[in-house]
Amino acid sequence: MKDDDHIIVVENLVKKFGSFVANDNLNFFVKRGEIFGFLGANGAGKTTAIKILSGLSKPSSGKANVAGFDVGRQSEKVKRNIGYMSQRFSLYDDLTVKENFRFYGGIYGLSAKAIKQKTAHLLQKLDMLDYKDMLLSKIPLGWKQKLAFSVAVMHDPAVVFLDEPTGGVDPITRRQFWELIYDKASEGTTIFVTTHYMDEAEYCERVSIMSEGRIEALDTPSNLKKKYRVNTMDEVFVRIARSDT
Amino acid sequence: MRTILYILQKEFIQVFRDKTMLPIIFVVPIVQLLILSYTATFEIKNIDLVVVDHDKSVVSAKIVSKFSGSAFFNFKGVVDSYEEGENSLRNDYADQVIVVEPGFERNLQLEKQAHIQVVTNAINGSAASLMSAYSISIIADFNREIIVDAFPLANIELPISTQPNFWYNPELNYMTFMVPGILVLLVTIIGMFLSGMNLVKEKEIGTIEQINVTPIKKYQFIAGKLLPFWVIANIDLAIGLLMAYLVFQIPVVGSLPLLFGVASVYLVAILSIGLFISTMTNTIQQSMFISWFFLVVFILMSGLFTPIESMPNWAQDLNYINPVAYFIKINRMIMLKGSGFTDFARDFYLLLIYAVSVLSFAIFRYKKRI
Repeated sequence: MKDDDHIIVVENLVKKFGSFVANDNLNFFVKRGEIFGFLGANGAGKTTAIKILSGLSKPSSGKANVAGFDVGRQSEKVKRNIGYMSQRFSLYDDLTVKENFRFYGGIYGLSAKAIKQKTAHLLQKLDMLDYKDMLLSKIPLGWKQKLAFSVAVMHDPAVVFLDEPTGGVDPITRRQFWELIYDKASEGTTIFVTTHYMDEAEYCERVSIMSEGRIEALDTPSNLKKKYRVNTMDEVFVRIARSDT
Repeated sequence: MRTILYILQKEFIQVFRDKTMLPIIFVVPIVQLLILSYTATFEIKNIDLVVVDHDKSVVSAKIVSKFSGSAFFNFKGVVDSYEEGENSLRNDYADQVIVVEPGFERNLQLEKQAHIQVVTNAINGSAASLMSAYSISIIADFNREIIVDAFPLANIELPISTQPNFWYNPELNYMTFMVPGILVLLVTIIGMFLSGMNLVKEKEIGTIEQINVTPIKKYQFIAGKLLPFWVIANIDLAIGLLMAYLVFQIPVVGSLPLLFGVASVYLVAILSIGLFISTMTNTIQQSMFISWFFLVVFILMSGLFTPIESMPNWAQDLNYINPVAYFIKINRMIMLKGSGFTDFARDFYLLLIYAVSVLSFAIFRYKKRI
């Protein structure tokens, strides 16, 4: 077992697709209960890394340990302990809100009673109890994203991976979304989130910034701003992305 | 096990909520059965016939009336020249042309011998030989009448008499033969396409990624995709059998539970092929195209229309991997002959091995990793 405070430990992680190196020797850790921002331009290799960490994709070399399990050899055990919400909306449009909760709760092995309680509890938090029998297709995008997050944390995973969860969502809903994230993190859940919104990066406890498959910077937002002598994360991001081109 | 129940619940809700698919699943097979059973016929009826009468005698008129009175022929008229007859073959006005030589009646009476030419459009070879056989038998009949007229006292009995006896389908009704095969066809189409489409659809809309990141077991996921359509296809088969009984008066001579037992194994094989294909493809388009390719080959080689025994040896060997062929054969045996399990045990076991193997392939091939 690794240092118990580190729920994600990545060592010399490399992922190649043919001759293209998507992840070039990544080394980092994420602390238990932390909100970790995983930033980078399009094509920097964020999604590749998140897929490896969630057991969807095998690393070419190196090691990654999530919630105490090796992602290469114990991916199914990793999956039991994580939640995942992808860029693409991934709930079923032709099922109702309640049915989506029931299905995913069932897959994770929650009891019927637990599913009921969780569903009621999470919907209450979203103030969406009245919509529980509505088809997902009838629900606006921002709400769907909040539902997808709730479904992803329904089984109380140790880590939740959020891959651009707020893409295409209006500012007010984004703020509400982050309230959900904070709420979950306060319960001790680790949040691993990618985003293109730099204001969201400010909400993270620590952020890493990737460029061309490598992690170029990793620190708290305030330290990064100090280091690059700028006022916003936006400028930090531009500095790092530009220094590269 | 509980996980599978949750998956099944979800799949069933989705299938029965889809208001466009639902009628397709249950109405299309019925329409197929009704249309195909009537149209997929080997009987040659309504043969378009033109007679070139060079003789214009009483005897030639008698011949014409023999043909026009036959239920198999659709008499299109008499023409004067051979060229006109040939033209009518060329432009599909006629399927068959009968040419009566000049001086036919005179030759018959004076020389005791005369000639008739039968020309048949033989693009469809088997149809042509049937058409030609019909006309020859009409002419033979006519011959016999002439002999009886000429020698009323002669004994024209042949030394060997044959008494044909047609078992299992005494009236040689083509529907009796076709319906069991078409029943197989329709559950096959429903099974292979619906299961395959369903899995690929999850890939297309992206929900499969969310599934793959859960601890769901591969066999659970495949079972969830297979069982709903397995149930639906069995219901379709039941509806089809009921229609066969009500509309075509074809009862199941053999055991109904046995028939459904075989169908259940067969459907696992067919559904698994659909699922196997969809684990290898990324879009509905790709999976449809590949499914169609296999389905067309399977059906044409299955013995539905043409007897497997008359196919070349390599094709017969190829049918070992054609699940449709097994079930059409067994289904005909049970429905028409009332065969019991021991009569087709070998085919059943092969089908069973087939089903288990393809199912394992599908589960193996479904990757939770990208």
